[in-house]
Amino acid sequence: MHLLPWAALLAAVIVPLLLPNEYYLQILTQGYVFAISACGLNVILGLAGQLSLAHSGFFGIGAYALALLATKAGISFWIGLPAGVALCAVSGYAIGSICLRSKGHYFAIFTMAVGIIIHLVIQKWESLTRGHIGVIGIPGPGPIGPISFDSTLARSYLALFFLVITVLAISRLVRSPVGRTLMAVRESEPLAAAVGVDVMAAKRLAFTISASLAGLAGGLFAGFIGFLGPESANVEMTFNTLLYVMVGGIGSLAGPVAGTFIVYGLSQVLAVLQHYQMIIFGLALVLLILFMPAGLAGAARSLMRQRVSEVKPS
Amino acid sequence: MELFAQQILNGLVTGSVYSLVALGLTLIYGTMNVPNFAHGQLFMFGAYLSYALVMRAGVHYWIAMAIAVVTLAIAGAVLERSVFRPLRHAPPLNSMIAALGVMLLLEAVAQNIWGPEFRHTDTPYGGIVSLFGLPVAAHRLILLGAAAASMMALLVFLTRTTAGAAIRATAQNPEAALLVGIDTGRVAMATFAISAALAAVAGALIAPISLVYPAMGTVVTLKAFVIVVLGGMGSVTGALIGGYLLALAESLGGTYVSATYQDLIAFVVLALVFTFRPAGLFKAAV
Repeated sequence: MHLLPWAALLAAVIVPLLLPNEYYLQILTQGYVFAISACGLNVILGLAGQLSLAHSGFFGIGAYALALLATKAGISFWIGLPAGVALCAVSGYAIGSICLRSKGHYFAIFTMAVGIIIHLVIQKWESLTRGHIGVIGIPGPGPIGPISFDSTLARSYLALFFLVITVLAISRLVRSPVGRTLMAVRESEPLAAAVGVDVMAAKRLAFTISASLAGLAGGLFAGFIGFLGPESANVEMTFNTLLYVMVGGIGSLAGPVAGTFIVYGLSQVLAVLQHYQMIIFGLALVLLILFMPAGLAGAARSLMRQRVSEVKPS
Repeated sequence: MELFAQQILNGLVTGSVYSLVALGLTLIYGTMNVPNFAHGQLFMFGAYLSYALVMRAGVHYWIAMAIAVVTLAIAGAVLERSVFRPLRHAPPLNSMIAALGVMLLLEAVAQNIWGPEFRHTDTPYGGIVSLFGLPVAAHRLILLGAAAASMMALLVFLTRTTAGAAIRATAQNPEAALLVGIDTGRVAMATFAISAALAAVAGALIAPISLVYPAMGTVVTLKAFVIVVLGGMGSVTGALIGGYLLALAESLGGTYVSATYQDLIAFVVLALVFTFRPAGLFKAAV
């Protein structure tokens, strides 16, 4: 069982070398970036049980921070990226402090409004963001010592590096007392509060981490693609990310990554899917929640449990 | 002065649509505790059906609206039975995500059937009439009247009929309603049908004035959420008055404050309300 993560990592290192052309390599790199964002959504949604619909807003903040710092102030990718993440952490902390006072449905509606406000501000603040035209000529990551990141291959490994760091950090978080606190909050807020958990602080931490990861993904996205439009912060992006998390398995560690690769990968590779993409996405979301609410990870888990119980009946 | 009067009229026209949509949303939230993110897409389908019937099949405007209303009512009932009823006892997160899925699905279906283009619908009331010296498109007056009549009919239904009383009872306390013999499953289905029908009325009324396109529902859903939060989740009068108030604030704000940020007004108002009253205006803060 513990071999699985290593096998996945090995595959991730080898696969880019086997891909036939740049196009697939670019999809793979985008997949890593969106997987980081999905992992971020999973922290607030899967661990803390709060449906945040402001997620792509933070993706946009991270992306625009890097893009504007680079194009307006000439600041390099390596400074712009952490600056964008820091901005997302700070704004995530502040916005979380306000939004998390609302619960359940109210939190979802509130964060949706926040997401739309961020998107509209990016779109309408033309003197800063150039509105619909977007930002062009965003420089990619510069070389670190002898390592250059100009090739798509190098960039895909860079994105993989950040994804692995993200997954490792979240797995540490899940196993830590903080992670257990979050899950207690998800199961029952009053119960968690009754045993002395600071519910607000726990949820705020999850929201801040989630926003920071969205910002990291946004920064990488902007630096790799080289141009950026307001649609990167669109609420639809949040819905796509939500689908990645749901397909893979909400609350599970590998689920969001697997879900991103299955959904995003298939939607990019299969032309049929591109035409009917949103019909399939919407239908998939409804069917998943009705028949497989724990996603692929949940299905795998229950399959495993079934086999175990077949071997030794209790 | 004429500009002011025009903006008031615009506000009332948009407000009629907002109120009709918000009424459906608040009814569903009140009886089933589901924030139906797909509600604006039902409105969009109502607009498209009346467009398709009028422009492509040559059906008379009012008959087209009636067909759209009946179709959407059936669709609403089916939606409740197939998606939301199975999730009644699941965590609230599940029905929210299901609603988002339905929203994406309906919008994508409309885009596949009718394409991404903006569509125009004809109305039998294409002329201009003079209202106290103010030139007004006749269809706008028809819209104001028809919307007001629909809202009156809903209020009479809710307050004067047994079925309406059953809906109100379920909204107040589902368990108690069940105890006194109300079939809450049927109430939920009827509520979904009624609110989808109201959305279809709104869509069919606005189709000749503004253009019909697949994403037209999303903005309206969001505005309706703002209204319902302001008016109190589940409150019928709140949704009714709130719809007109928001639309008036938007049309006056868009004219006299900033046209660029007109669409932001609603969401900033929502954020402000939630900042100071985390559980909405009309419920005690938790």
